[in-house]
Amino acid sequence: MKKSKWNIFTNGIFKENPVLILALGCCSVLAVSVTVAGALGMGVALTFVLVCSNAVISLLRRLIPDQVRIPCFIVVIATFVTLVEMVVEAYLPSLYDSLGIFLALIVVNCIVLGRAEMFACKNSVGDSIIDGLGMGVGYIVVIVGIAIVRELVGSGTIYGLRIIPEGYQIGIITQTPGGFLCFGAAMAVLVYGMNRRGKKFEPKMGCENCAGCAAGGCSAQKTENDGKGADAQ
Amino acid sequence: MSGLAGVLAIAFTMVFTENYVLVQFLGICPFLGVSQKLSSSLGMSGAVIFVMTLASAVTYLIYTYIMVPLGLAYLSTIIFILVIAALVQFVEIFLKRFVHPLYSALGIYLPLITTNCAVLAVTLLNISENYNLLESCVDGFAAGVGFGLALVLFSGVRKALERAKPPACWNGLPITLVAAALTSMTFMGFTGIADNLFG
Repeated sequence: MKKSKWNIFTNGIFKENPVLILALGCCSVLAVSVTVAGALGMGVALTFVLVCSNAVISLLRRLIPDQVRIPCFIVVIATFVTLVEMVVEAYLPSLYDSLGIFLALIVVNCIVLGRAEMFACKNSVGDSIIDGLGMGVGYIVVIVGIAIVRELVGSGTIYGLRIIPEGYQIGIITQTPGGFLCFGAAMAVLVYGMNRRGKKFEPKMGCENCAGCAAGGCSAQKTENDGKGADAQ
Repeated sequence: MSGLAGVLAIAFTMVFTENYVLVQFLGICPFLGVSQKLSSSLGMSGAVIFVMTLASAVTYLIYTYIMVPLGLAYLSTIIFILVIAALVQFVEIFLKRFVHPLYSALGIYLPLITTNCAVLAVTLLNISENYNLLESCVDGFAAGVGFGLALVLFSGVRKALERAKPPACWNGLPITLVAAALTSMTFMGFTGIADNLFG
């Protein structure tokens, strides 16, 4: 099945949204969605890493032996993460402080590794870049959406701009329980919307989409896809 | 704070007040993915404690005696993740060959640990907190214990959750996240205890 470029792009935003549908990369979504500014920064950083690592892994997909592909992917991803870390530390120190350890932890973010395993290692460079962009935008939409609610309810501001006067905030929303609660609520709203449209959907942990768990998913499908790719060309 | 009190303070903080899963949002994927059964929670916790302690010690030694003298400190993210990946592989092979009972208990959880962000986080935080070798090991061990505590507690909560009947759209992961919110609320009760105990 050949998908158009636009389909690959929107796939990441709606049908296979990495956060709400595939439930990948929950750690950073929960931790960073306290402020809109932090969420936006994290989203852009992740999108950059996703696009770059997808492109490079797609370029190298015929050179990387299947048995050691996960370590190879991790090296590529870690290189770009280190790059992002240095740039953010140098030019946006306040963002660097607010993201803290989670910037470095993009290395083990299941979205990046998952897309390398599920998409980049069996598709062309152009498609992989579009896929990375779509997934990144899908991530940004969700994390910024959750951050708008959490910042508004928890601190009474949006992007630092005061909306609700001081003293009327629900502080717990900015803390750990609020993160879990808002993420769960976002998912429930999505399921409600989908059920209303007559689609059956129950979110589960995205373990089968996570590279660490999907044993041999790529190697099995790669040969199959390569054959098809040759036919299409 | 130094010596025994310092080490105890680190251990207490990592297990309770700064619990990786329920306070700092690290290692959420395995927390939600593996906590369905008590047996798998225990297996995963054992594997995480083991790898975290070992990884803390190994990365500390590599950082202090190889990376700093060579001026490679800025590569810590990339080197640490490789060390963890290699370590996990090595532990798996070692256990399979020499300690088979332990391998059959922890084996299937080991490959999942490479991508567990809590392990990478503990090694990076050890360096940024300037811990020495003993403190790093205690930090890694206690963070693992805290992770295990959260996982085991939550597997009990999930058992009760199976009998609950939430509205249709909350079924599955959404209601599990709400349960996680309530569980993490209990850990907020520990806030400030460490200062009073060890300060």
